[in-house]
Parts: sequence; C-alpha cells; structure tokens
Amino acid sequence: MTAEPIRSPTELPDAETQCVQLAELIRPRLYPETVLVGIHSGGVWVARRLHELLDLETEIGLIDVSFYRDDYRERGLHARVKPSSIPFDVEGRALILVDDVLYTGRTTRAAINELFDYGRPASIQLAVLADRGRRQLPICADFCPWRVDLDPSHELVLSAEASGRLQWSLEQHA
Amino acid sequence: MQHLHIRNARLIDPRNGVDEQLDLFIADGRIAAIGRPATDFAAQRTIDAAGMIVCPGLVDLSARLGGIEPELGAAVAGGVTSLACPPDSKPLLDEPGLVERLVRRSDTLGLARVYPIGALTQQLAGERLAEMNSLARAGCIAFSQAKQAIVDTQLLLRAMQYAATFGYAVRLRPQDDFLAREGVAHDGEVASRLGLTGIPVAAETVATATALQLAAHTGVRLHLSRLSSAAAIELIRQARCAGMPVTCDVAVHHLHLSEMDIGYFDSNARFDPPLRSASDRDALRAAVAEGLAAICSDHTPVDADGKQLPFAEALPGATGLELLLPLTLLWARQTKLPLAVALARVTSDPATILGLDAGSLTVGGPADVCLFDPEESWCVTPEALRSQGKHTPFLGYEVSGRVRMTLVGGRIVFAA
Amino acid sequence: MHNPQLNAHGELTHLLSIEGLPRAVIIHILDTASSFLKVSHRDVKKVPLLRGKSVFNVFFENSTRTRTTFEIAAKRLSADVINLDVTRSSTAKGETLLDTVDNLVAMHADMFVVRHASSGAPHLIADHLRRVGRDNVHVVNAGDGRHAHPTQGLLDMYTIRHYKNDFANLVVAIVGDILHSRVARSDIHALTTLGAAEVRAVGPQTLLPSAIEKMGVRVCHDLRTGIRDCDVVIMLRLQNERMNGALLPSAREYFRCYGLTPESLALAKTDAIVMHPGPMNRGVEIDSDVADGPQAVILPQVTFGIAVRMAVMGILAGN
Repeated sequence: MTAEPIRSPTELPDAETQCVQLAELIRPRLYPETVLVGIHSGGVWVARRLHELLDLETEIGLIDVSFYRDDYRERGLHARVKPSSIPFDVEGRALILVDDVLYTGRTTRAAINELFDYGRPASIQLAVLADRGRRQLPICADFCPWRVDLDPSHELVLSAEASGRLQWSLEQHA
Repeated sequence: MQHLHIRNARLIDPRNGVDEQLDLFIADGRIAAIGRPATDFAAQRTIDAAGMIVCPGLVDLSARLGGIEPELGAAVAGGVTSLACPPDSKPLLDEPGLVERLVRRSDTLGLARVYPIGALTQQLAGERLAEMNSLARAGCIAFSQAKQAIVDTQLLLRAMQYAATFGYAVRLRPQDDFLAREGVAHDGEVASRLGLTGIPVAAETVATATALQLAAHTGVRLHLSRLSSAAAIELIRQARCAGMPVTCDVAVHHLHLSEMDIGYFDSNARFDPPLRSASDRDALRAAVAEGLAAICSDHTPVDADGKQLPFAEALPGATGLELLLPLTLLWARQTKLPLAVALARVTSDPATILGLDAGSLTVGGPADVCLFDPEESWCVTPEALRSQGKHTPFLGYEVSGRVRMTLVGGRIVFAA
Repeated sequence: MHNPQLNAHGELTHLLSIEGLPRAVIIHILDTASSFLKVSHRDVKKVPLLRGKSVFNVFFENSTRTRTTFEIAAKRLSADVINLDVTRSSTAKGETLLDTVDNLVAMHADMFVVRHASSGAPHLIADHLRRVGRDNVHVVNAGDGRHAHPTQGLLDMYTIRHYKNDFANLVVAIVGDILHSRVARSDIHALTTLGAAEVRAVGPQTLLPSAIEKMGVRVCHDLRTGIRDCDVVIMLRLQNERMNGALLPSAREYFRCYGLTPESLALAKTDAIVMHPGPMNRGVEIDSDVADGPQAVILPQVTFGIAVRMAVMGILAGN
C-alpha cells in the first residue's frame, strides 16, 4: 500500500469503517488469550471498538505513557495524566498495543517500556488506524488499514463525538 | 573660617517659623545673618541655591555607628548634622573612657556631631547601675538600655531615681521581655499566616505603662524610643494630657511600612520593634503629624551575613541615615503636611528632646545646615548609599529629595 | 506580589507553601497523584521520569519518617536520592544555610527537599537560587518551622477527596495545637482554596495563633461545638514540650478537654473521617478506639503521601 497525500479535511476517511477494517486484519492472527492494550486517549477508543468487533473476553488494558515519555524534559507533566490500568497479568501474554496514529514511534516505545514494568509478555504486536510514516525509531505496525502522508505542520486527531462515533480531523500547527 | 553666602534658596526654619526665600550668611562657623547681611560682610564664597531648600541640619535621635567614618559620612550625605548614638555599640558605652574615645574620634573626623547615649546599667545587663555621672562628664547626654529591658522593676525605679538626681534624661525602648520572648514579628495576621513567633502589642504597652508610672513617681525626664503601636501612642497622649513632660519618637520606616511588607519572609522588613498593622502605622503617622512624636532614622547597618538568613534568624534593622530626609518628605507629601511641620520632626523637635543647641537656623547659633533639592528623585540602591549598611526594605524605591550640601559648624562637609 | 513558587510561564517550579497556589495547580497535583498511586501497586513500582536526576534530602531538622517518604517517592521516580543529615555535619561547623545550598548546587543537584526549623527557610533558598541564576534547581518544602508543610497539606486533600469526592459542602474541623502546626496552616490554605464550606480551628486560646480567623476559619474553643456535624476531623499532634504547664496544665487535662474519643466523634456526621499527620500520641490527642476505629483513615494517608510526593516531584522536575 502506498501512502496517499491528503489535500483537504473533506478527503479524510471514515474512522468507524477503518475500525472494522482493522478488526478484520487482526482476526486471522488472534489467539484465544490475546489481550488489547489501548494508549490514552485515541488508542483506548479504538481498542474498545476492536474489543466489541472481535468479541474478546478479557477486559482491555489502558495505558497512559506520560511517565515514560522521552520529551518530559521539554514538556513536563502538564496534560491531565490518566491512571494506567492493566487488569490482567502481563506475564507470558500475547498483547496487541492499540493506538490511533503511528508517527514518530516514540509513544509506542514509551508504551512498550511501561508494559514491561508490569511483567514480561510473550509478544507485543501493534495495531493502529493510521500510519503517517516519518518514523524516528525502528518501529512498524503489524496491523494498519490506512497509510497516509501528511505535512509535518498538520496533526491528525481522532475524536469521539457526543454519540460516541469516532471521527478524524486535521489541526494545523502554528 | 570661610564667609559663606547661600542665595536664592527657600529657607525653612521650623523653630523660628520661617518659610520663605531668604539668603543665608555664615561666618566663623555660625549663622551671621538671614535675609540681609551686616554691612561689613564679605562673602568668600557664594552658593547659588535656586530651586533648593535650606533647612537646619537634621538631628537624628537614634543612629547606630558600625564603622564610625563611613556611617558619619552617610550621615552628612543624608543631611544629618547631629546624631545620638545608643549604647549598644561594640564595645558598649558603659565606660567613660570608651565614651571619650568615641567623642574624640568623631570630633577629629569633623563630620556629623555625635552625642553618645550612655548605658543605664553596667553591660546593659539590668543588674547594676552604670556610672552615669562619670559617663555624663565624658560626653553622654542621656542614658538608655538600647534594646535591652530592665526586667527588675525595682532596679528600673532606682535607675530613674539616680538619673533624676543629676537631671539626666532616661530613654527607654519599651518592650516587655517576657511578652516578646522569641518574637520576631507583630503578633497578628501576617505572623500567624507565616508561622512566625509574634510580639504582641501588649509587650509595648505594658512596658510603656510601667515606664510612665515610674517616671511620674521619680520625676525623671523620660523619652520613649521607637514606638510602634497605636495603643502605646495613646498612653503617651494620656500622660501628656495629664501634664507629664514625656517625649517619644517613631522610626521613619514605621511611618511607611506595616506587617504586610514582610511579604514572603523578606528579612529586610525585620525590625525591632516589629512592623505592626496598617492601623498602627496610621496612628503613628497621626501622632507624628500632631507633634506628639519626633522621627528618628533608627539607622542600623547590618551586613549581608546578618540578613541572608531565615527571617527569624536574621538581624533586625536597616540602614536609615540617608533615607531619613527623603522618607520624611514622602510622608509629608502623602499627608499633605506643610514642609516646615514635617522638617520640625527631624530638626527642632529632636534637638529639644536631646537638649541640644541645634536643629535651627538662628542668628548666632551654629551653622549646621542642610541644602537639598526637594524635586530630584533617585533610586535607593546599594551603590547609591554611602553607609556600609546596604539593607533596607526601601531598596528599589524611587524617592524624592536629594541632599546637595551639608554644613557642620559652617564647614562644607558634604557636597554633591 | 511576585509568587516565588511559579516561573515566568505560571508553572510550578518550587513547592514552598499551599498559600498562593492556584486551584488548578492543586487539582493537577492531586490528579497526577492518583495515576502514581496505581504505579505503587505494580510489580515494578518505578517509572523512569526522573532517571538521572539527583534529589537531595536536606534535613536541618530530624524527621526520619518524612525523609523516608520523600526518599521512596524519589526512588519510585527513578531519581538518585542523597540524604544529608545537616543537623550534624555542616551547620555544626559554622557553615550558613546558603553555603550548604551553594555546595550542593555545585554537586549538580536537581532538586532539594528541605526541612528546617525556621519558618521561611525554603523561601530563602528558592530566592537565593533565583539570584544566582540556578532557576533549574527545584525546592520542595518538607516542613519549615510553624509555617508550612505543603506536601502534607496536599496528601490530606488527596485523602479527603478520595473519601468525600468533593470539597464544596464539606465541614472540616482541625483540632489541637494550631499555633505550632505547619500542617494546620497548609491544610487551612488548601481547604479554603478548594472551596470547603467551613473550616473550624478547635483548641484552647493558648494553642491558637492570633488573628487566625483572617485565614478564613471559624474559631471554636469547645471540642463538642467544633466537631458537631463535621465531615472531616483532622487531629494534630501535641508535642511533648507543650504539655509541661506553660501552654497547658497537663496532658491529662488536655485529653479530657480536646482528646478525640468515640463519644465526641459521635457528634460528627456518621460517615465522618478522622485524619492525623502522625506520629500519634494515643491517649493525649486521640483515643486508641478512634485511632484504630473504622472512621480513621490515618494509614491510607501514609500511602497517599507517597503518590502525592511523586506527583509533586514529577511536576516540578518537568517545569
């Protein structure tokens, strides 16, 4: 799949449809004991959708990587930190880490580090709705329905409407 | 000695009720004439003082001298020509020899005139009377305990009786030792909030009442130094109404600051007695305005080592000689008081309290003169101060009133 | 007036006192603390936030307990912790407070946790660091004189929020030696900032600072009046040296008048919680039946304290 350029926000695909596509990508490689771990906050929404669509039994884990970020020195602890919640034993598990957007790879790195502080999983795979490319670390997604090339001044944001429906938007940085 | 002619200045002499544009003529260290000179007066130097104010040199009721030379230099730079120095110097002024040495040294310097206050008790310990008669012969003009209290009221009574025997004045800083124990700030809102040990107003009123009762009993001439509270002022007012000749003074910083100026533990706002509430400050301002109290600088040079400490451990006091005039002018401007009235509080009033032939511009009297520009403003910075004490809560303030020239005994001892 | 705890961007750079802290900053600390609380339950109780940073515990006054909680908090943030017992070493040799600070700055300290017997000592240190251009070094006040113990105040607020959710309708009684208590002052500032409905200062006149009502509290000299219908009771420790007759006739009489017993606690709301900053004097300010009873939340306070101190250090070091 080659990355498609986006010229206007109206060209953004439907996030809910992408969740279904992502679930179908994961389904063939699902083990009975596979658990999803969503990264706050977009990744958690996606993980909840996948949990429903894949009809998984084990509750999903939630992870906030604020305490593991590598830009703490520059940014400090400002945003509201949500508690991480891993309601299962990580030791020996097959985990799928879920995020909305994969970009530099730094958030994924922080999430993997945090997960290892809960125990030693059997494996970690990565599922994302969108892959923006431009990686700064040797990380790639195992499951991804949408590869997209965006100008670095744009931020691709997933948000949940009042109805709970997930939706993409583009935010321009100054 | 030089014959001087100061012309075009506004001449303010509170004692003689003068406030108008008059020339001043000085000869042989004394005021030769005011307005018109004697026909044979030949000025060797004429000073054009247009836009300036000429007033008597300031008389400071309380200035501590760390290094004598720099502090007396600071005095004349601040227009102060006479100052009383409390006995808690190092060494203490409880030995006639030490007093003589201080007088001799300050005479040699020829800057401001120094009037030592002798120790009332030996070592200021409040246990045995000092040799007041010998100390007076050596040059002491009054006796005090500085910041020490005489806890033993019987000894205080005896000290007053003994001083009264010779007609010496006794000066007390009224503060009850027990009530002020470990206190570092006014016992009120700010001390409570900051967790500082408080000194209640009662510490001052109890000691004031005791001093007033004993003074009435002994007939001693009593002066109370550095009052800080409205309640103590009220006691003085009552005593004066009852005909007691008691006098008192207020430190100039107490006219401007309150406990709020401690801010977040600013050790520059650590004073003894402490800065009190805003209503106390207002009462002090009113008392000074009506002439019940004089103003002193309470000059206390403290070095950085003494101030860069947690508030309670820092040394109290601030530099003041060079701020006495500007802060008095500031108070006068704020309270819309005539300049002549304000200047009386730092010239004629303290001279009367100390019994000095000073604080006025009287023909035939000593030519101790201050010439200042009332409009020139300057910023209070460590560099702008000649005193070795660089600490004051007024650092960074823009003040008006710059001394241009100071004369002591007709000699120019400071010019800028 | 310049708030010495905030930097030019209004961010918290030192924690010196609760006084002057914006409400949002307090809430941010409490929220962050709840995330750290979860970390303490994990297998690996550490996060890498302060990796490579040096935290100096500089205690000019002994307190093994408080020092330990700060040490645990710093270690759980992966910081290197150096404990200095300054009571014995440098000051005994005549070194001034600021000399000690300069020396530690020269050793590349990133954060000072300071306990000092003099009110305002941490302010002096923070002010000194600003003057010498070392704004990047953070100061946490771990208790100064009678002035403030802000992390204790924050952990008390965490505890109250944990059990009561909200501050809006709360009636809180602080009972005991408020005159000498830095905890009481920090709690009062925090409670008034967070909007508690009523804060009562309960104790005999000898143990209440003058003009305390200016801090926004209601003064009660009678324990029963003070406790009636309140939601939270904070008992303060009565130091041994206060019991010897100068401020109070005896510990026995104090307990009779101001000790919290099951009978007096019954006057509070039935779901009222009882807090104490520790260490307790059983039988002096608090009856064992209350201290060990179902309404006491004294041990949870200790647990929350670690998370709150992690939050404070985590937020400061990032600003």
